[in-house]
Amino acid sequence: MKLRDVARLVEAEFVTGADQADREVTRAFAADLLSDVLAMVQDEGVLLITGMTTPQVVRVAEVMSMGAVLFVRGKLPATATIEYAIGTGIPLLATRRIMFDTCGILYQAGLKAAQRKSMPLDHAPDLSRP
Amino acid sequence: MPRTSLVLKRIYPVAPRDLERAGTVSTAVRRELLDLGVGADVVRRASIICFEGEMNLVLYSTGGRVILLVEDDRVELLFSDHGPGIADVELASQPGYSTAPDWARELGFGAGLGITNMEQNSDLFKIRSRVGKGTVVRATILRGIPFF
Repeated sequence: MKLRDVARLVEAEFVTGADQADREVTRAFAADLLSDVLAMVQDEGVLLITGMTTPQVVRVAEVMSMGAVLFVRGKLPATATIEYAIGTGIPLLATRRIMFDTCGILYQAGLKAAQRKSMPLDHAPDLSRP
Repeated sequence: MPRTSLVLKRIYPVAPRDLERAGTVSTAVRRELLDLGVGADVVRRASIICFEGEMNLVLYSTGGRVILLVEDDRVELLFSDHGPGIADVELASQPGYSTAPDWARELGFGAGLGITNMEQNSDLFKIRSRVGKGTVVRATILRGIPFF
């Protein structure tokens, strides 16, 4: 899905990288927990949907070769982080919508979930208990 | 015994609790590897290992450093600090186990997946720690290039 379509669907603004509106994001991963992003995303070119706005969000997106970051709930990172993102070439988008809405709209429009690496915790017996 | 030559060595100091700069060693390591033409999969794995290790130094240590070694056939990342050390490395390595303070969790870290993730992205992985002295972590990624 092109970033311009992502922006149109969830009424998001380009914070940086408006010139890359034709960039394709392959899949999406939504989380505020960067530990999980680092541990579970295995694809490249993924759209990261997050409400976390620390400088580490853009650095994680950079080291994981992500396609773009979409901030939800009307949040924006600090100016220094936005300026850093310009240097990385990773577009930043922002929407006022909450994460649930954002994910639902994009999923319905055909954007698929990022493949998730299997973790040792997947086999924890506690999960199946009521 | 075949010897491989050192292509690159970099040393990066990491200050404790420096949240503004946390992650910058990893982005620098990634750029060095890309500039050297290291394969995309190796760059990605090294960058993820580096990010986890760097965050551990920032969040838990009293300061330390990251050493990047690139050889013909491998990329190595060495993380070392001067304390406080890990009393039970096996326990700390268990997925989900974390001693992260609230302020670290509020930043989105401290889920207890760091060491597991480092190990999963490494071809060889080793931790040694002494309480009161410090911790050393060595992660090796093979580049898939035959050395003879």
